[in-house]
Amino acid sequence: MTDKQESMNRRKFLREGLWGACLAGAGTAAGLSVAKSNSDNTVWQIDPYKCIACGNCATYCVLEDSAVKCVQAYAMCGYCDLCTAYLVPEPKALDTGAENELCPTGAIKRTYVEDPYYEYTIDESLCNGCGKCVKGCMVFGNGSLFLQVRHDRCKNCNECAIAAACPSQAFKRVPADQPYLLKGTDQKP
Amino acid sequence: MHSSRESLSSVPFKNMSNPPFCGAWIVMFLIAILGSCLVAQGEIRFPPPEFESGYTFPQTTSPAAQPVIREYIDAAVLIGGLLLASYLILKRRSRRAVFALMIGSLLYFGFLRDGCICPIGAIQNVTLTVFDSSYAIPIAAAIFFVVPLVFTLFHGRVFCGAICPLGAIQDAVLIRPVAVPRGLESGLRLIAYTYFGAAVLFAATGSAFVICRYDPFVGFFRLGGNWNILVIGASLLLIGLFVGRPYCRFLCPYGVILRQLSRLSKRRVTITPNECIQCRLCENACPFGAIREPTGDWPEGEYRIAKRRLALFLVLLPILIAGGVWGGYTLRNQLARVHPRVRTAERIYLEEAGKVQGTTNVSDAFRATGQTTDLLYEDATKIRTRFGLGGALLGGFVGLMAGGKLIALSVRRRRTEYEADAASCFACGRCYKFCPKEHERLTKSREAVAGHA
Repeated sequence: MTDKQESMNRRKFLREGLWGACLAGAGTAAGLSVAKSNSDNTVWQIDPYKCIACGNCATYCVLEDSAVKCVQAYAMCGYCDLCTAYLVPEPKALDTGAENELCPTGAIKRTYVEDPYYEYTIDESLCNGCGKCVKGCMVFGNGSLFLQVRHDRCKNCNECAIAAACPSQAFKRVPADQPYLLKGTDQKP
Repeated sequence: MHSSRESLSSVPFKNMSNPPFCGAWIVMFLIAILGSCLVAQGEIRFPPPEFESGYTFPQTTSPAAQPVIREYIDAAVLIGGLLLASYLILKRRSRRAVFALMIGSLLYFGFLRDGCICPIGAIQNVTLTVFDSSYAIPIAAAIFFVVPLVFTLFHGRVFCGAICPLGAIQDAVLIRPVAVPRGLESGLRLIAYTYFGAAVLFAATGSAFVICRYDPFVGFFRLGGNWNILVIGASLLLIGLFVGRPYCRFLCPYGVILRQLSRLSKRRVTITPNECIQCRLCENACPFGAIREPTGDWPEGEYRIAKRRLALFLVLLPILIAGGVWGGYTLRNQLARVHPRVRTAERIYLEEAGKVQGTTNVSDAFRATGQTTDLLYEDATKIRTRFGLGGALLGGFVGLMAGGKLIALSVRRRRTEYEADAASCFACGRCYKFCPKEHERLTKSREAVAGHA
């Protein structure tokens, strides 16, 4: 009887010890994490200077309608009549005809400002983030069009599916209170 | 860099069939060439115009990210939910209330918050925190990882039973449970241990968050997503009609941790509210095979065989571990390929060696950075070395778990009553109503209430 009680006590002691160790372990994990954590949260964003406009953003986002959209830095735009982001390489005419537009969804709005300048604005509800215009602007133009994660849409996944598929590792986590890496407003790296 | 831009520049000029615009294109081309020679990428080729009409630049919109408070609300809901779950399961002992809480949690953490953030995925954030000094874990991820562990140490797996949205979606579709033999169940659970080990390995090396990438139900929560994952999720739910909670039992990496902690928990589900009368009514009550029947010692004839089997498995354990270490180490190069840097290095190597024709987006992007290939290869070698150690540890861990399972299956614990297995019980509360003692308790309490009134 005493033997049994003793072994029970030993078992209980072991159990309690292990329990305490686990609780301490969880506490340590919590403490370590809190010590290293960022009190401002972070969100995903594209570094526009690393982006190569490969088109993955349009297809890899977990959302049906990608959270990545094209953004215009107006101060950088040349307001060209012959916009290589707006028009297909050999346009039949320099106008808003659908056959002349490079954008597959017709998301770029071209409006006349004054001779010979035109303003180009992105309709985000139509943009699918494919980056065709970004490439056109980057290669021939000023590079005023670029892709950004739009945070009214982004689900802020733990691992961004587009980031995992990004060939140039242009995705990074940025502080949530400064969630954009806008061209034209920052210093070029 | 320059050469790639020039080759791109030439694309539109292949078939110049539109004379009126030829001139314009040639001018553009010249400017582009000039631009690429003179200025770095992203600088202004066409100076922004000086407007005379009083035009002002529109502001580039930047919709704000979700406020941080949202994450704290989630953490508060998690803690509140777990407190409520503990009360409903251990004190109220009401399956109906637990089910309601579970559905509520499924709607909130699943469909409203889109299944992110969850403790299962948070394993990876915590792992990366330990191994990568530059990584700052989101505070919500830390809370989501630790809080269910602490609750499990006190109250058993109440998180699994009532809060986890992944568990809830499977629990809700379970209509005709089929019993899984105990040996098969243990064998299949090895998948979960392997998955857990692999997830930790890939997170620790900064390769990928595989748990998030292959989360089978997040697509349902978001009503859309990767087609392959949706198919896997749908098949799991289909299996889940007959085999209770297949993800939780055979895959969940967080469940691996919770199982072990639950063994030590201070309080947990007991089938009977007071004493077991061994009526056997609860024997088949658990759809997850977590109810253990009373056992005595081995029957006379079986004892010797059992002893020999146990000795064999004890000898087998180090062999399994060694085999796992060897297997994991052998697979290091395959495992390392999950890391994007290693994939880039392999592609660049093939291209440089002339073994493949053409370039990919990945190799183009790498060359655009201007890094040397030596640096890339050096990084890849370092990562492969780390995977050598990590793969060996992963293999050894899987071997240890396999051996441990064999040993656990061949020892007998003496048990005098029907009880819920500490590790496997999801704390769903289904077994309560099978116990006649429970009915007695309910009747008594109802009478007490009536007497009061």
